[in-house]
Amino acid sequence: MELWFSEFHTPDVKHTIRVNRHLYSKKSDYQQIDIFDTPEFGRVLALDNNVMLTERDEFIYDEMITHVPMAVHPNIQDILVIGAGDGGVVHELARYEQVKRIDLVELDPTVVEACRTYLPENACRLDDKRVHIYFDNALRFIRRCKEQYDLIIVDSTDPFGPSEGYFTREFYGICYNALREDGIMVNQQGSPFYKQDAEAMQRSHKRIVSTFPISRVYQAHIPTYAAGYWLFGFASKKYHPIDDLDTKRWLSLGLDTKYYTTKLHIGAFYLPAFLEKMLQEVEN
Amino acid sequence: MYTKEYKLNQNRAPIYEALQTFREMRVVPFDVPGHKHGRGNPELTAFLGEQCVGIDVNSMKPLDNLCHPVSVIREAELLAADAFGAAHAFLMVGGTTSSVQSMVLSTCKRGDKIILPRNVHRSVINALVLCGAVPVYVNPEVDHRLGISLGMRREQVAKAIAENPDAVAVLVNNPTYYGICSDLRAVVKMAHDAGMYCLADEAHGTHLYFGENMPVSAMEAGADMAAVSMHKSGGSLTQSSLLLIGPRVSAGHVRQIINLTQTTSGSYLLMSSLDISRRNLALRGKDVFAKVISMAEYARDEINAVGGYYAFGRELVNGNSVYDFDPTKLSVHTRDIGLAGIEVYDILRDEYDIQIEFGDIGNILAYLSMGDRPQELERLVSALAEIRRRYQTDSSGLLSQEYIDPEVVTSPQEAFYASKKSIPIRESAGCVCSEFVMCYPPGIPILAPGERITPDILDYIEYARIKGCSMTGPEDPEIQYINVLC
Repeated sequence: MELWFSEFHTPDVKHTIRVNRHLYSKKSDYQQIDIFDTPEFGRVLALDNNVMLTERDEFIYDEMITHVPMAVHPNIQDILVIGAGDGGVVHELARYEQVKRIDLVELDPTVVEACRTYLPENACRLDDKRVHIYFDNALRFIRRCKEQYDLIIVDSTDPFGPSEGYFTREFYGICYNALREDGIMVNQQGSPFYKQDAEAMQRSHKRIVSTFPISRVYQAHIPTYAAGYWLFGFASKKYHPIDDLDTKRWLSLGLDTKYYTTKLHIGAFYLPAFLEKMLQEVEN
Repeated sequence: MYTKEYKLNQNRAPIYEALQTFREMRVVPFDVPGHKHGRGNPELTAFLGEQCVGIDVNSMKPLDNLCHPVSVIREAELLAADAFGAAHAFLMVGGTTSSVQSMVLSTCKRGDKIILPRNVHRSVINALVLCGAVPVYVNPEVDHRLGISLGMRREQVAKAIAENPDAVAVLVNNPTYYGICSDLRAVVKMAHDAGMYCLADEAHGTHLYFGENMPVSAMEAGADMAAVSMHKSGGSLTQSSLLLIGPRVSAGHVRQIINLTQTTSGSYLLMSSLDISRRNLALRGKDVFAKVISMAEYARDEINAVGGYYAFGRELVNGNSVYDFDPTKLSVHTRDIGLAGIEVYDILRDEYDIQIEFGDIGNILAYLSMGDRPQELERLVSALAEIRRRYQTDSSGLLSQEYIDPEVVTSPQEAFYASKKSIPIRESAGCVCSEFVMCYPPGIPILAPGERITPDILDYIEYARIKGCSMTGPEDPEIQYINVLC
């Protein structure tokens, strides 16, 4: 029997992966959650029919959203992670001994449950004693925080579903308020390629620029995301993502990575002309 | 499944059912409307959808006629009357404005007096312009901290009735835009004892008929007529409304009055939306509004926890001018963070993409309903927290919104039709106004035809304009000039 999973990247473009077995399917209070096994990408987690991660290429996302800020800020101890119920981001962060506390705010307990069962490699670090999981709306959680985190990582789904609120000006504002005076916020910023994604990316970039004094965008190549081309936002109160990169310090940690390097760190901030133009459009 | 005992089967929706049947019959249209189920206007059909334009049809025997209902529309009206506990209900397609006007025109004629609070919607005074009745205003109490008009005190209503025994009706807002209710049962009794009708503007009160722990509805309180905005908290399409009557009013007479001004081509989109919404409210209204109340209470607590703002609620209830409070209303006093409500309203829209119902001088109102979800409430609360963090300033320079006691010189109708002249508004103090001036929303007139213009009123208009309120009413759209009596 032929079994294929398809995700629409636009109404006119779809990305299809052959499926060996459908392992998990559940409609939670917030979204449809599916996990399936594939020959090319290993296990795949899809939320509302959008691929969130695959075992094969998720290292790119997890490494790029964590090591970039970790290599810039000299002493990150308290971290807030939004979303990320799959545990991949926490997995990377927990490798840093300097980190004292990781608060993870995930809306949907069902995602964590499912990942613990079907993606245990990813979710294993969720049991690290420095990790505290809160099942809550992130806006509600962060609103109560003031200058208490060094780093906030926004690992949300795309801006057209339950995570819509994490791409808003009020969200970035309360994140700013929850960060210490030298804090950094990194968010997944979507893709600049297809029109609808690009417009959403511009809107959120505009809102971040109006909230943080330093705001830069960097890129990575992620095969299973729309257009295979993904962006991250680096927003900061004090540190510049390139000027303040401390290569020596990061290399001395001896972390083994599959995608991130300190050279790539710098290169990732050099963007194609069309994207530079799109960002400039909303920066002024 | 029923939340309360109904006489009729509230699972029915006769207009909706008739339209379903009509669709299946594939009737060939050689009647109006000319778009012929959308075929003649493909752009419109693409925009609104075939489902929608396909039932935009004319009155015909199987679908009844709104001007003289005998079949499915009549059944829908009987079901609505049953659901709302009224003697009869009229489906209205001209907005609640038309329901309000029909109440006034059904009970008042030229020269008759009608007792009402001054913080009525413009549609009430418009109706007085049409019929020539004379307003006797009961000054609403004012909450000085919030700067909002409250309800009418019982003593004030009793005094107005005693001083005007020839008045024909008393009109009550149930509730006001801010959710404040007068003692409606007491007002009904006083009006009836004096041989007057009691009319209720329930533009903001549909849910009172279905939710639990709500202020009393007009029909339950024994009022004679009520104008109910089904399209606000009831969930029907914009411009659809209900007019309810009690047993003391003749349904035939009211139908004649409605037909004076209502279209003879009533929209089946609007009527079916009334029918489906009434069914939903009757079957599920109790749960629906319990959820709305819990969302509003949650938002109130969260906004008050932000600090600076005051999201007010039932604590305002004082047994008289605030006899009861509608807990679904989310009104927030903003003056203490140094911003006028209208400024917060503008910032929410311009910087946070959040559209709220209105902002006035001291408050904002976010309209919560059956369509809201917790995640959007979190955005609203967070945006308010952000606005406070970014903009909070000293509030000492801000004007408090005060009720200005109007001096009625002539009836609205006389003033509206009298010979008049246009003069610069700044030079108009002392003159008698012949038109409306109001902020919209909320659409409560600052000046109504026939009222004396005073320096206080002019200061208020100027301030509201500077703060960004949308002013409407006068012939001059810039509101630099105003029409006054010669």
